[in-house]
Amino acid sequence: MSSSETVVDPDKVRLWSEDYEGHDVISTRTFGFWMYVLSDAMLFATLFAAYGVLSYPHSYYTGPTPAQFVAPWYTFVQTMALFLSVLVYGWAMASLKDGNKSGVINGLLGALVLGILFLALDIHDVMRLVAAGITPEVSGGLSAFYCLTQVHAAHIFAGLIWIIVMLWQVARKGFTEDVVGRLISLRMFWQFQAVMWVFIYVFVYLWGYMS
Amino acid sequence: MLVHVPGPWSPLLGRLALSEIPYKNLILAPLFVLIVLVGLALVGWITKRGLWGYLWREWFTTVDHKKLGIMYIFLGLVMLFRGFIDGLMIRTQQMLAVGPGDNGIKAMGAIHGYLTPFHFGQIYSAHGLIMILLAATPLLVGLMNIIVPLQIGARDMAFPYLNALGFWITAAGAALIMISLFVGDFSHNGWFGYAPIFEMSYSPGVGVDYWIWTLELIALGTTLGSINFLATVVKMRAPGMTWGRLPVFTWSAVSANIIALTSFPCLQVALALVGADRYLGTHFFTAGFGGNLMLYTNLFWLWGHPEVYFVILPAFGMLGEIIPTFSEKPLFGYVAMVLATFAIAGVSWIVWLHHFFTMGMGPYVSTEFSVATMLVGIPTGVKVFNWAFTMYRGRISYTAAMHWALGALFLLLIGGLTGMMLSIPAINYMVHNSVFVVAHFHMMLLCIVYAVFGAVIYWWPKVFGFRLNEAWGKIMFWLFSAGTALVFIPMFMLGFMGETRRLDWPFDPHWAGLFDVQEFGIAIYVLSVVSFVVLLFVSIRDRAKERVGADAWGTSRSLEWLTDSPVPFYNFAMVPEINARDEVAWRREHGFLDIRPDHYKAIHMPNNTPVALYIGATLFLLGFALTWRIWWLSGIALLATVALMIWRSAKGDPGYVISAEEIARLDREARQKMPVDGGDTVPVGGFAGGQIMAYSREVSDQDRSHRGPKSW
Ligand code: HEM
Ligand SMILES: [Cu+2]
Repeated sequence: MSSSETVVDPDKVRLWSEDYEGHDVISTRTFGFWMYVLSDAMLFATLFAAYGVLSYPHSYYTGPTPAQFVAPWYTFVQTMALFLSVLVYGWAMASLKDGNKSGVINGLLGALVLGILFLALDIHDVMRLVAAGITPEVSGGLSAFYCLTQVHAAHIFAGLIWIIVMLWQVARKGFTEDVVGRLISLRMFWQFQAVMWVFIYVFVYLWGYMS
Repeated sequence: MLVHVPGPWSPLLGRLALSEIPYKNLILAPLFVLIVLVGLALVGWITKRGLWGYLWREWFTTVDHKKLGIMYIFLGLVMLFRGFIDGLMIRTQQMLAVGPGDNGIKAMGAIHGYLTPFHFGQIYSAHGLIMILLAATPLLVGLMNIIVPLQIGARDMAFPYLNALGFWITAAGAALIMISLFVGDFSHNGWFGYAPIFEMSYSPGVGVDYWIWTLELIALGTTLGSINFLATVVKMRAPGMTWGRLPVFTWSAVSANIIALTSFPCLQVALALVGADRYLGTHFFTAGFGGNLMLYTNLFWLWGHPEVYFVILPAFGMLGEIIPTFSEKPLFGYVAMVLATFAIAGVSWIVWLHHFFTMGMGPYVSTEFSVATMLVGIPTGVKVFNWAFTMYRGRISYTAAMHWALGALFLLLIGGLTGMMLSIPAINYMVHNSVFVVAHFHMMLLCIVYAVFGAVIYWWPKVFGFRLNEAWGKIMFWLFSAGTALVFIPMFMLGFMGETRRLDWPFDPHWAGLFDVQEFGIAIYVLSVVSFVVLLFVSIRDRAKERVGADAWGTSRSLEWLTDSPVPFYNFAMVPEINARDEVAWRREHGFLDIRPDHYKAIHMPNNTPVALYIGATLFLLGFALTWRIWWLSGIALLATVALMIWRSAKGDPGYVISAEEIARLDREARQKMPVDGGDTVPVGGFAGGQIMAYSREVSDQDRSHRGPKSW
């Protein structure tokens, strides 16, 4: 801090910034989206905590435990579908760097198809369980199982809608600042959901299968 | 899958029926009539003055952070009043009902006092929820909204549209809890909810559903707001505004919003799981079927304790601005202050269990949480001493704002010390769930309210261009403080005498005298509310006399005092270059304060948009429809929300540009409107932000010429 003894030359001091260009829109948005991802991470963390608390043997009441119904190989196919979707999305982003519009659209389409595959497999799995009478109403443990996995599926569903919206916007608007910013955010969202899936796969499916 | 509800249900109206409207209730029915009459009068008045267009253009569709801040504060004050009336009703019930025997007013169906237990339960649940989440939180968010961008030299928040969205979603939550007064019931099992009482089998009505969706809406709005604040401070600071120069209020906003961003998702999950139990028949928190009651309590307080620091930290930040200004000294120990702020924020995450020591988790766990809780005292003590040393040998002027700040310090002391007592499990087992706890947290929350009143007085001239009346500010302070003392000193005593919280029928006749004292205190609170209205009235009437320039107090220090009062809608005509920690004090010291830029540059501004308001409305409908289980309406509301989001994203906002010449003209005009060196006063008031739409791209020339009322 300056004290009043120091003399400041009024001609040299800069009071107003002449060359301030304003802030960088894309980097601000990306930062903001990072913040959203952080809050989403907390959401999943809380769900994992609830799952952990509700995975004692008595949490399953008289119903089945995951060891009796999860199918890690089936969900492994899901894992691959989601990972490939993220990879293909990455190609879309690589095309974005070259300004290659059809590359971006093809990448988004690929990511979309693989994401739909993931979701279809998930729905199929849920239907298999429900048909076997394994529903969330059976026990607290099953409630937590369904909640964790289906909240993730809901995120995937939202992501798919977002991909469709972006396909349309890229086709119609090209690479405006808005569109590019959203493509970057969507990539973060998509990768983050894949990371969450890794946790779910390990803790719910693999671990559940083995315990 | 869907839970079968007891009682009638129809596909069209869900559980809604005429019988859900309490038109026979002797309190609610007249209140409803009153509200409708006042509402009609207001609508008539606005129509007669032709203000709808003005309101729509300048307020409902605004994305200006100052106007949104004003609306947040307005919402907070309205809800503060509602919560106060709840408090008044609780106190009156206890005063009337105390003692053995049935002394109830039979016409109201009460055995004790004038309220039935069910109605009483709704009032105290609503009181707690409203005061913490719809009064304190919006007041603080509103002040942060106005001040943070100004303090860092930004033109607006990082995401102006998101800012509007956050506000309207919060307002939707407020509307939902207000409508529960007249349509159906509110939850009756406490603001934080007890498992498993909120389960369908024990609370079959819609009250708990209202509670869930109100909280979810507020949580969503606050999370969006916190993202915005963090992005603003990290990305939008003016050149030279390094982290080491950030004003303490902005620092406290950063820490508070980190807390909000990371903790509100826990609340959302906790309540979503309650919702799953009630709607889908899951067993998260049921007694039996493998559910776990204490899981809920843990999840709730995992958010709940960080939340209490989310509300106190900005209040600390306000004290850190008010006290130096009126002590004419820089803040003592800036670095220690910032570190203490973050220490508090960090520790706030590891103490949640002190809200239910009586869960009985054994000596090791209890000790950890006990010690962690006590640790909070260290940084808090650092802060108190820093404020004290700031005042030490300062040139203190006892303005109204300073009164409130000093009062806040005093309450912080009492609240902190009683908190320390509560953090010792051995003591906690004695007084848990007694009104001693209630008195503790009211000291803390009132500390916030004091800081907020101080901050409103302190920053009012920045926002409106004139100072509030000092004398009435002090009268209100003393009345309010007398009320505080008379209500809460007896409450501490009653806690020691064993009164548990939430008694609709306090059976022990020995308590009667203290209840009477408390009721007397409430009466004095009523007087302070009246004096607040007088304060506003007198100040607005005499606004010409109190007109101020940029540096309203003559001794202020941080950057917001550099720009004109009221703040123009573009905040700074030229973005300032920051040279020192207390930039305005520094410029004053070196005689640069009155230097205005000699040339200007074009400014890019965002357009207004009604989409945020629409989304708030659809989310309100969603909450209402879900509460009453009107599935078709829920579906439509949800689809409409998504469609609006996609539509907005497709439309985008190119914004509009104000040319350099236009800025030069506006800046000249603004300067002419300000009093010259505290000398002659110029009778022009007005709002921060002025008439923005006059410059927007989208309005016609005719709109331009009609700029709404000049001043109010
Ligand atoms: C020095 C710091 C503090 C300590 C050591 C402390 C300690 C505690 C403890 C141990 C309890 C639990 C009492 C019980 O239920 O048995 C409690 C309750 C509470 N505290 Fe604090 N506290 C502190 C600061 C605050 C602050 C800053 C606020 C809010 C602004 C606050 C608000 C509350 C609330 C709302 C409750 C009760 C919630 C309820 O049961 O409804 N406290 N405090
Ligand atoms: Cu706490």
